[in-house]
Amino acid sequence: MKLSDLTKGIIKENPTFVLLLGMCPTLATTTSAANGMGMGAATMAVLIMSNLVISLIAKFIPAKVRIPSYIVVIASFVTMVELLMQVYTPGLFDSLGIFIPLIVVNCIVLGRAEAFASKNGPLSSAVDGLSIGLGFTLSLTVIGAVRELLGSGAIFGQTIVETEGILIFVLAPGAFLVLGYLLVLFNMLKKKVVK
Amino acid sequence: MAKESSLKNMVITLLLITFISGAAVGGVYSLTKDSIAATKLAKVNNSIAEVVPEFDNNPSEEQFTQEDLIFYPAKKGDELVGMAVSSYTNNGFSGRFDIMIGFRPDGTIHNIVTLEQSETPGLGAKIADKQKEGGKPVFTTQFIDKNPASYRLVVTKDGGDVDAITASTITSRAFTEAVQKAYDGFMKLQNEQNKK
Repeated sequence: MKLSDLTKGIIKENPTFVLLLGMCPTLATTTSAANGMGMGAATMAVLIMSNLVISLIAKFIPAKVRIPSYIVVIASFVTMVELLMQVYTPGLFDSLGIFIPLIVVNCIVLGRAEAFASKNGPLSSAVDGLSIGLGFTLSLTVIGAVRELLGSGAIFGQTIVETEGILIFVLAPGAFLVLGYLLVLFNMLKKKVVK
Repeated sequence: MAKESSLKNMVITLLLITFISGAAVGGVYSLTKDSIAATKLAKVNNSIAEVVPEFDNNPSEEQFTQEDLIFYPAKKGDELVGMAVSSYTNNGFSGRFDIMIGFRPDGTIHNIVTLEQSETPGLGAKIADKQKEGGKPVFTTQFIDKNPASYRLVVTKDGGDVDAITASTITSRAFTEAVQKAYDGFMKLQNEQNKK
């Protein structure tokens, strides 16, 4: 296990800016830095748990029913996360709304299960989940911070600039705009950093 | 080296996985059931406290429903000091939203808070904005201390007294409709009480 296994999800295999997976929740929940971070954290929790369990049981699942089996495991973890969020983070639960159950169909989760967890040991699978999850959380937090700053002059609810804000950044078109520009910036930076 | 995909293996595997998953989810559900109910109740109680004058009873325990409005009486001793009414409208820009209106016994509006809404952020969603201490007035501020007997609960565009949110006429109209519904329900109650 190398340090790069932990950090690969942040730059080299960043799910948002490199793998371009999970775009729907990315666009919808990044209306603020806190929402983006909350969504990322919930997805990371599911990623780690589902990667771990799936890597343990993959050998026992007949190939023809592996997708339904993985989905059942993922859906169970998402439901548990949802119930726990209702208890411990009710504000975040209300703001994320329907996107919490939609984590089940987030391509990242099933994608990692199929591509990595089903073919590797439990520890590396859990670390893979953590790494990709961290990358996802960081990406969503940054997009959320940019949209919140431009849309209302605040970050994490703290006012930085006293302004009414540019409304479009809080709405769908703004999500696409911010994601597009950050995509370019990220890949420019990545070219320089990753030789 | 997955197991061979025979019918027997597939059926047994799926049966086992769904059984265990179901049990696990059921377990977490029963563990969190009470906390979730308590959180929901706390949310309602907080909204009630925000919209009616000071009280010393437990309004949610004395709640009753009449024609799909929920009434939460706020009392001091045996005297009614306010009534929180949970009302709603289906004519919001994005469909239904729910609000809690606090009336004083004479029908004057004490305060209004939004319970659940999915209107457009930055536009219709402004119905949920709360005025901060010494801060700028928000959409709901204009309703405070107004009595719908003389204050027309219709947006100015339609000939009434309510200043709609800029570029959010539909949401504003739906909001006033919900307030009117609550007022009508409350006044009907008061009249029935007075007849006794």
